Amino acid sequence: MNRVTLLLLQALVAVVAIGIWHIGSSVPIGGTYFLPKFFFSTPADVATRVWTLFADGTVKIATCTEPIDLTRLINISAPCFGKTVWQHLLITLIEGLLAFAIGAAAGVAIGFWLARHPLLSAIFDPYIKMLNALPRVVLAPIFLLWLGLGIWSKVALGVTLVFFIVFFNVYQGVKEVSPAILANARMLGMNERQLFRNVYWPSALSWMFSSLHTSVGFAIIGAVVGEYLGSAAGLGYMIQQAEGTFDTTGVFAGMVILAVFVLIIDWFVTLIERRLLVWRPPSAAGQG
Amino acid sequence: MSDRQAERETAAQHAPAAAISFDGVAIDFPVAGGASYPAVTRTDLKVGAHEFVAIVGPTGCGKSTLLNVAAGLLAPSTGQTLVFGAPLVGLNRSAGYLFQQDAVMPWKTARDNVAISLEIAGTARAEALERAQGWLKRVGLSAFGDRYPHQLSGGQRKRVGLAQVLIRDPKVLLMDEPFGPLDAQTRQIMGNLLLDLWALDRKAVLFVTHDLEEAIALSDRVVIMSAGPSARIIGDHAIDLERPRDASEVRLLPRFHELHKAIWGQLRAEVLKAYGEDAG
Ligand SMILES: Nc1ncnc2c1ncn2[C@@H]1O[C@H](COP(=O)(O)OP(=O)(O)O)[C@@H](O)[C@H]1O
Ligand SMILES: [Mg+2]
Repeated sequence: MNRVTLLLLQALVAVVAIGIWHIGSSVPIGGTYFLPKFFFSTPADVATRVWTLFADGTVKIATCTEPIDLTRLINISAPCFGKTVWQHLLITLIEGLLAFAIGAAAGVAIGFWLARHPLLSAIFDPYIKMLNALPRVVLAPIFLLWLGLGIWSKVALGVTLVFFIVFFNVYQGVKEVSPAILANARMLGMNERQLFRNVYWPSALSWMFSSLHTSVGFAIIGAVVGEYLGSAAGLGYMIQQAEGTFDTTGVFAGMVILAVFVLIIDWFVTLIERRLLVWRPPSAAGQG
Repeated sequence: MSDRQAERETAAQHAPAAAISFDGVAIDFPVAGGASYPAVTRTDLKVGAHEFVAIVGPTGCGKSTLLNVAAGLLAPSTGQTLVFGAPLVGLNRSAGYLFQQDAVMPWKTARDNVAISLEIAGTARAEALERAQGWLKRVGLSAFGDRYPHQLSGGQRKRVGLAQVLIRDPKVLLMDEPFGPLDAQTRQIMGNLLLDLWALDRKAVLFVTHDLEEAIALSDRVVIMSAGPSARIIGDHAIDLERPRDASEVRLLPRFHELHKAIWGQLRAEVLKAYGEDAG
């Protein structure tokens, strides 16, 4: 199938889905709407809302009415009033990036450390499995309690999600270095430090990057869920505010913005991945 | 001490030490249930400083195991290995090892894979890259320096491996079925490439193969191993074919056929034994 046909078919799926939504919410069939506006809003309303949110920074979701104030762009301790959708996006982005950076750094460091020390890894194994099995959402209120309503409670939630993905991948990457490559590197005369740089590190990174889509996605999920459960800013907060006033259009608008936001970030991740994993055969590099 | 014994010892001191010398080497592998599997027993073998020795034996007899011992990657259960007369402890620093499996780093380009051999020894990167390019040229890959291993054919990857090992200029070259997975034509081309490179300075070579013709075409001596368990050396044949040789043309010589017939008679029985074990 060529590219154009594929794109057309993909667009067709969207058209059909939006069409059903539109008919269900705006065209009465037998006197009733099978997707009542109150519960489902309408595609036109949602599109208009998204448009006004972005086009006119002073029109805020729910009750935010202050004009754009760039100096306060990331002053997130201020209440919702005064925050444009751009600020909410930026805050979610910052939280997601911080969660990813901290979670990935910790995952790489501890993954390496445990993979190179089998005894320690055996000791910690049950605890790591236990922590990983814990549904992270239950931690959100604790982080709120510990770290307050600001960005750090959201970052912490994202970190607990990102850490384990990166950790398991790096651990695996170090453990699964081909014995032949390792023996060859030793025979070429590499010492432990050189082995780390030229063999363990690239192998672990390749495993980590193959899970990059998942871990970046989880960083954003952590941020949004954290905002949803208690905050004064961010996309999750925006959606939660709209829900609080039964503003279905606002909820759907928030979801659309979130979906597009994640798509754009995912596209950046793909770009980075292509650059970093050029050495991989195409079949293996595309997995995520 | 008797006179004869003393005489022998002085003679040994004056004779140039063998590059590799297995001295009563045996290797047992621990297997499940606390038992052990005697892979190789009672092996004595000397490889001279400028000698090309091939080891031929049925699959699974312990050829790779023996090379790992020579490389110092594996310590023998009994006996010892001498490298230029000194007992081997740890890795064999005077040896370069071309592995049976692909062992170049998939995350480095061909040129970087060759250059890294020098860089880890302290050569500046610019110089290492320049010399790596020279070696890539020597193995016929000058246009492929920027390719990653997955963009090369199996034969090209082996050449990268060869350049990676030879650029360090090791005194001893250990090769484990290096051309094993390649097709017949490529094997002969690689054989000639190896002979050309070897002729430059005649390193000591211990070359493992399951292909008797290849062994005779390339080497000065062909050593036959028996089928395992408890594999050992059961034959040692000097190959008196003239050098320089062409790895494919030498196979047409009558002397080649005589040698092949004599050695094959011995090897056949062992190969059949190995197959019999697999079938049973
Ligand atoms: N690490 C190991 N543990 C147990 N058995 C081994 C190990 N390595 C090799 N063997 C056994 O030793 C024998 C010789 O193996 P190998 O040297 O690889 O044979 P080949 O002659 O084909 O290179 C085989 O029977 C193999 O199963
Ligand atoms: Mg083998």
